[in-house]
Amino acid sequence: MKPILTADKAVENIKDGSSLMVGGFMGCGNAFTLIDALINKGSKDLTLMTSDTAFPEVGVGRLICQGRVTKLYATHIGTNPVSGQKMNSKEMDVTLVPQGTFNERMRAKGAGLGGVLTPTGIGTAVEEGKQKLTIEGKDYLLELPLGAEFALLKAEVCDKFGNCFLPMATKNAAVNMAMAADYVIVEADKIVEPGEMDPDKVTIPGVFISAIVKAVLPASNLQLKA
Amino acid sequence: MDPKELKRVRLVKRIAQEFPNGALVNLGIGLPTMVANYIPSDRTIMLHSENGFIGLGPQAEKGKEDQRLVNAGGQPVTIVPGGCFFDSAMSFAIIRGGHVDYTVLGALEVDEQGNLANYMIPGKMVPGMGGAMDLVVGAKNVIIAMEHVNKNGAPKILKKCSLPLTAVGEVDIIVTDMAFIRVAKHGLVLEEIAEDTTVEEVIKNTEAKLHIPGTLRKF
Repeated sequence: MKPILTADKAVENIKDGSSLMVGGFMGCGNAFTLIDALINKGSKDLTLMTSDTAFPEVGVGRLICQGRVTKLYATHIGTNPVSGQKMNSKEMDVTLVPQGTFNERMRAKGAGLGGVLTPTGIGTAVEEGKQKLTIEGKDYLLELPLGAEFALLKAEVCDKFGNCFLPMATKNAAVNMAMAADYVIVEADKIVEPGEMDPDKVTIPGVFISAIVKAVLPASNLQLKA
Repeated sequence: MDPKELKRVRLVKRIAQEFPNGALVNLGIGLPTMVANYIPSDRTIMLHSENGFIGLGPQAEKGKEDQRLVNAGGQPVTIVPGGCFFDSAMSFAIIRGGHVDYTVLGALEVDEQGNLANYMIPGKMVPGMGGAMDLVVGAKNVIIAMEHVNKNGAPKILKKCSLPLTAVGEVDIIVTDMAFIRVAKHGLVLEEIAEDTTVEEVIKNTEAKLHIPGTLRKF
């Protein structure tokens, strides 16, 4: 059984300077309750790893706009202009990673692999400083595993063993992040007893989950975007 | 319809003709997204959305949006019958593994070698590559959908790209408001021109060398 904590308690161990992965894609699947708790706590100097920085007032985008992030790994920052401003003013150190590579690097970390070989980025700025290998006549970049101290994820349903169901397009990078981070906090709309969830409907096996929090904030990206 | 819109529609209609029945297609944001509206009715085409599903449908009706179902731009959409959801690792395995038949993307520059620059202008526009680098490297066919010239009227089809590259030698077809161009081993082949232009106009607005076959179709 995994501990069920309040959001404040769950993010207690995240210190200034900690590294964390946040699931979600353009706000869809962001852990709104946990992000809110982190903001209220005053966390800063964070290293953030996330697919994109959503929109200025939405989910993970708020961490950027409030200046809580000093180092960012992301695949796309175009929908949150503040990310670009902070990158240009050197307030935030930004590493842009191709999305497939971003996910495979996290998967490698979680799967015990020493890295992945990908053709993505060959002949572009992405290959700078990386080892190149030729396998059966084709060039690949060696991309190293990517881990973090924490991950903040959102599930619709989670049982007390941590088994999570993430519906529709909310899955995105969350599965890889759950594997790659040391301490994984999931906020769930519904927390159920073991056995209440169909084992065939588990998106993230509970083995990766460290703590569970009841979601109190609704996913609100659509309202804010309209 | 205003003349500019008419040109855009002709361009995306032409691209929609390229997909055979049963193809899996990924459409980029902007002009490429419009292609979905012109798929011939005798074909079943499935659209891949890189944020995690196959079977991307039209935008969700007002009041029927589901916050759990958005496209890669974050807009509420629908999923069509026969579609399926998956996580990002699967989504990009589908992309990089060569399981997407066609990807349609915009471009800032394309060149004679099929090189593509479409993800940044140093010091000006740095949104990040998102899934574009994986899509261009992994999809079986890469189609560029763009205006033939830039806002200042300068050619975008060049001898050599000057902006940072998204990928090297991956572009297969370039479709613009003026021309349908195939990237061949020996260079760019002008196969078709738009019905309101001439070969001379196309050549004038293209920096790259164009190979022109005996007969030229119009679209």
